[in-house]
Amino acid sequence: MAGVASSSRQRSKIAPYLMILPALVYLGIFFVVPFFSLARTSLSSMGGSVYLPTLTFNWDFSNYLDAFSHYQDQIIRTFTYALVATLLCLLLAFPLAYVIAFKAGRYKNLILGLVILPFFVTFLIRTIAWKTILADDGWVVSALGAVGLLPSEGRLLSTSWAVIGGLTYNWIIFMILPLYVSLEKIDPRLIEASKDLYSSNRRSFTKVILPLSMPGVLAGSLLVFIPASGDFINADYLGSTQTTMIGNVIQKQFLVVKDYPAAAALSMVLMAIILVGVLLYTRALGTEDLV
Amino acid sequence: MTTQAMTAVGTAEPKTVKGSPKWGDLILRIAAGLVLLYLFLPIFVIVLFSFNHPQGKFNYSWQGFTLNNWAHPFKYPALTDALKLSINIAAVSTAIALVLGTLLAIALVRQRFRGRTAVDTFLVLPLTSPEVVIGAALLTLFLDLGWAAGYTTIVIAHVAFEISFIAMTVRARMRGFDWTLEDASMDLGASPARTFFKVTLPLIIPGIVAAAMLSFALSLDDFIITYFVSGSTVTYPLYVNAAVKAAVPPQINVLATAILVISLVLLAVGTLYRRKRIEA
Repeated sequence: MAGVASSSRQRSKIAPYLMILPALVYLGIFFVVPFFSLARTSLSSMGGSVYLPTLTFNWDFSNYLDAFSHYQDQIIRTFTYALVATLLCLLLAFPLAYVIAFKAGRYKNLILGLVILPFFVTFLIRTIAWKTILADDGWVVSALGAVGLLPSEGRLLSTSWAVIGGLTYNWIIFMILPLYVSLEKIDPRLIEASKDLYSSNRRSFTKVILPLSMPGVLAGSLLVFIPASGDFINADYLGSTQTTMIGNVIQKQFLVVKDYPAAAALSMVLMAIILVGVLLYTRALGTEDLV
Repeated sequence: MTTQAMTAVGTAEPKTVKGSPKWGDLILRIAAGLVLLYLFLPIFVIVLFSFNHPQGKFNYSWQGFTLNNWAHPFKYPALTDALKLSINIAAVSTAIALVLGTLLAIALVRQRFRGRTAVDTFLVLPLTSPEVVIGAALLTLFLDLGWAAGYTTIVIAHVAFEISFIAMTVRARMRGFDWTLEDASMDLGASPARTFFKVTLPLIIPGIVAAAMLSFALSLDDFIITYFVSGSTVTYPLYVNAAVKAAVPPQINVLATAILVISLVLLAVGTLYRRKRIEA
């Protein structure tokens, strides 16, 4: 038996490399190299005519200075929106994930299926639906107005809250699922034990449930925060010119204005801020198993 | 403290301790129900507005009930073509990514080799980079290479983000299998190829199917990356986005509802089939 195992191990010495090579080569060319292209473009200057623009790579760092000075508001707004959306996702997802993990009994799979179902509809169409729901003549605005939560002539669409609401809705699934997975792993006897030891509900929650669900909180907040800070659809459909995010600027500079160096520099800035944030956050929560 | 706890464990009825949070429990359940309702709110609107009879160009406010949209779901050929193209791209890119990603996952689970953890970490990167940056980076690569954006560049981009999702899904499903079955098969004289097709593949097929479905859905739904590398090619999400700027026909809602219902049916059939097999 041991002989068979070792011989099969010897035989497969280069096999694993042959198996991972195709995928790694592919990702090398179409995931890693593009970032070098992006970095190179961000340090180039535009020349030539409007109709036939040329890019010259000349370590032009001014693109970065311009990115910060021109789009400071958008940068701050983007990360504020993404942060608030992540917190809202956490707040909304926790009770649902908790009930699915501990209280759903035999309806667990049914409720999980129901949670995933809305995400079978294209992201863009869901966001269009929010446009209808939050419309000025919609029932949400009139209901909020009737109970005095919204001033007359007040609106929801085209405000920061509409954009944050859209970001929250579109990525909440990535908070619910990791939270559910980590809550599900908690041995219910630990919670009972804490109660047997006279801990209040609040103490059981803060001392047992919350610490044990941290891997889910961490994974969930990253999976919401990262796409939310790169999004431009919600700001485009649900916001106004006062709610533009970095994504909107990158998209516009790349595809409409075609000022590639400026757009590339801004993309690099976005990526860098996210990377630093992810590192700090991962360190603060003190866990490294993301997946 | 210790003695108190000991007596508590010995004498107190845990039921009374557990019974106390009745109100908290109720509030928790109501909160969860409301969140579930919130998840479905836009879906109700989408289904309802597939029966709307819009007066202007935009299907944003309720004007009246009609079955007309459902009678002519393919009224706009551009919409139908975009949907067909998206299905095509999703199928082709998934097929390519499935081969690359599955091989990678098998190697990661089954083999010990130098640099395994590095590969593991590397795989997370595409999932933790914002799509707008991935799209922008790919666009700069294609510009540098002088490649025209279109069908091929879209497929290339989709394969790039699908590989990670597929490798991770297959890997997650492969953990905890009894791999000595492979040794048993070879001990009984089966060739490595026969062992792979008769033992290994049937074991990992459920994981591969789940990964393929996820990849297909992600490709069909992708807007941001596609937007950067599409050139003048119009996929389903790109059609929807263009519609928001010009005119939103209710057929968009009809097709979205139809896709939702079809996925629901497939999901239900899949669950029933699996249950039947377990019972049999």
